[in-house]
Amino acid sequence: MVPMAEITLQPEVVPVKKMKTQAGAFSRVMRYTLLRVFTLFVTVVIGIYLTILIANMGGYVDQIQRGQIREDVQQLARNDPSFKSLTAEQRTTRMEDMIRLREKRIGLDQPFAIRSFRFLSNALTLNLGWAQNMTSDSGSRQVRNIMLERLPPTLLLFASSNILLFIFSVLIALSLSRRYGSTFDRIIISLAPTGSAPGWFYGIFLIVIFAAFLRVLPYGGMVSAPPPENSFDYFLSLMEHLALPVLAITLSTIFLNAYNWRTFFLIYSSEDYVEMAKAKGLNSRMLEQRYILRPTLPTIISTFALTLISLWTGAPILEGVFNWPGLGRTLLQAVGQYETPVIVGSTVIFAYLLALTVFLLDFVYALVDPRVKVGGGSKHT
Amino acid sequence: MNNFLRSLRELRQYPSAVAGSAMIVALVVIAIYTIIAIPYTEAVRLWRGGEDVWYRSPLNAQPTWTNLFRRDKLPESFHITSDPSNTVITQNDEGYNEFVVTIPFEYRFASFPQELALYLDSSYIDKQPYVSIALHTPDGRDIRIADFGLERSQTYIFSQDSRLTRRLGGLIPNEGIFLNPELDSGTPIQGEYVLTMKALTFEKDSNVSAEFVLYGEVAGWAGTDHMRRDLGVALLWGTPIALSFGLLAALGTTITTMIIAAVGVWYGGWVDNLIQRVTEVNLVLPFLPILIMVGTFYSRSIWVILGVTILLSIFGGAIITYRAVFLQVKESPYIEAARAYGSGNMRIVMIYLIPRIIPLLIPQLVTLIPSYVFLEASLAVLGLGDPVLPTWGKVITDALANGALYQGQYYWILQPAVLLMITGLAFAMLGFVLDRIFNPRLRGL
Repeated sequence: MVPMAEITLQPEVVPVKKMKTQAGAFSRVMRYTLLRVFTLFVTVVIGIYLTILIANMGGYVDQIQRGQIREDVQQLARNDPSFKSLTAEQRTTRMEDMIRLREKRIGLDQPFAIRSFRFLSNALTLNLGWAQNMTSDSGSRQVRNIMLERLPPTLLLFASSNILLFIFSVLIALSLSRRYGSTFDRIIISLAPTGSAPGWFYGIFLIVIFAAFLRVLPYGGMVSAPPPENSFDYFLSLMEHLALPVLAITLSTIFLNAYNWRTFFLIYSSEDYVEMAKAKGLNSRMLEQRYILRPTLPTIISTFALTLISLWTGAPILEGVFNWPGLGRTLLQAVGQYETPVIVGSTVIFAYLLALTVFLLDFVYALVDPRVKVGGGSKHT
Repeated sequence: MNNFLRSLRELRQYPSAVAGSAMIVALVVIAIYTIIAIPYTEAVRLWRGGEDVWYRSPLNAQPTWTNLFRRDKLPESFHITSDPSNTVITQNDEGYNEFVVTIPFEYRFASFPQELALYLDSSYIDKQPYVSIALHTPDGRDIRIADFGLERSQTYIFSQDSRLTRRLGGLIPNEGIFLNPELDSGTPIQGEYVLTMKALTFEKDSNVSAEFVLYGEVAGWAGTDHMRRDLGVALLWGTPIALSFGLLAALGTTITTMIIAAVGVWYGGWVDNLIQRVTEVNLVLPFLPILIMVGTFYSRSIWVILGVTILLSIFGGAIITYRAVFLQVKESPYIEAARAYGSGNMRIVMIYLIPRIIPLLIPQLVTLIPSYVFLEASLAVLGLGDPVLPTWGKVITDALANGALYQGQYYWILQPAVLLMITGLAFAMLGFVLDRIFNPRLRGL
């Protein structure tokens, strides 16, 4: 949904004369990977710092901290027998004293510029204190537990749909480039503008058709209630619930992807070496795999990265529409209940997920593109 | 410039561009009509108004046009107010007035209305007027509805009268009074009904007026929601909001992005480097959660959200595309010439660099619009819609939140969704063709 133009994520691409050995390839990818991990980590740190600045402009992070201290002290007072003998007034003054001391200890009396760096390290470790009303299914009110518990469903949904999306887009794009100009090709091209609508939007239509009207698939959720005990039935129920959200994500981007990638395939298939290979009499399967798909893959992966980033952006709403118990729905609930720590935590975790996505794709990119070298130093001429 | 016009003329060769443009023109016409017909304050009043504005419309009623596809039409809503033409006032011996309000209405539907209500107003000092209501059915029966002493302002809702229910043998009044007692068909008698309200006043200047409302199952061209509001207002007002949000956001982001890319390329060095690093950071900033944060902590006004959207998208991926083009343009001889005659840096950026990229920019601008239109809807679905304005996204949110999908009220969700779809498709179709025309690399494909 975040509008993106064509963009390349790869670092400096330096042509290399010749690939040396297998070990050389390994160390190349390793060095590249380490460098990417480092730069991405720096990027994430900056990103989260910005997030903290945004969140704190109204003093909200302070509020989280103060709230946590107050709750800690109250908890302590409830459990401490020496408090019981005090009058109500004494008790409050003593509690206020303790609160003030603790606030001083974690530096709430210091200027924000200094404190913000401690928030940063807390946010990076998701150490965001306790939620006011929300709890995780295991009963914990710690923001980290709430978030981490919701992570697997989100990963399941998005990993499965993105893998499907990638495979089907490549297959469709390849077959389109094979019969360029055919009716099938025209149909897909005219469907490409449907990519302007986000996944949740198609989700609504899919729910109307498959859940409300045909009644073949569930409206939402992750497993049927009560969850099946036998693990095979559980798996089946999971698949049934996964079908519509995955279909919604796929529908929203597949035609646009197929259209864009088909263009890449067509550009690469008009290269001289492809003509040469054709002239040598290679069969079309070999031609496609080695001469067209292979060189196009890096370009495809870097555009796919952008698709993925915009899909992550749409995640909360998609999960909300399908009632999928993931991070996005948690964020929605947090918005509804005004749970500041959870909102900040979700933002941080989404930043991590985005960085992870970018990193994974960079890694795959380095694997498929032998020209990728870690920049600087060894420039060949 | 001539080239540019020629390219635009080329659009006519593409049916999808023509269709897209036609849809855009239609949407713009609707938007202009809406702003003129329902001014902003009126729209807000209607949308924020509760029962006092919408007491005459039925709850969750389907749009009227759905009747076109039904053999057995669903009842339509109507309301009749008492006025001198249907009120007969007679004075009795003691100087008191008797008001007789006769409300004839035709009922020719195969199903029952949702509800019937009488809104009664009276003026008196001590002694309440006394009303008795009766209904004359087409088959000649007279049904006594109710008799009671009238408050100054009173609402009589037929289905909530338990005595009437008992008199009708346990049938809900809004069905029971229409039901044919001789047939077991369970259908209402069709024909002319006459509702009479007799009110006896016991004071000289005492006055009585009534309004009869029959709540049908269909209302308005767009139906109504769970608060009896006419969805037509929201669907109409959604058009100018969606268009202006989409257009402003797309314009704002593309223009600022373009200027930043041009400045970075022209000045080079650390400026360029900084811009590239910021772009990288921006890529991992979670866009929607940050918007949610801003919406929750600061303001939900659509214009604040618009501003933040633009700010977050300035350093979007488009910078990299523009950069590549500017890097090429920078080396052109005419830039050299401009430098030679001594034009300043900003002059070169604004007058010589930026205009060169406009052909690339136009298709991008048009294809960006739908993504922002959907963004506005997405925010509304997240519950961060503008608090006062009716938008398509908010209608969808209300529908989802009130279980429209589970209860089969598809019109509620599908109408705004289809409008969103049309807007998105229109701009996307035009944008795709513009992209082909302005980017010759794609032309052959």
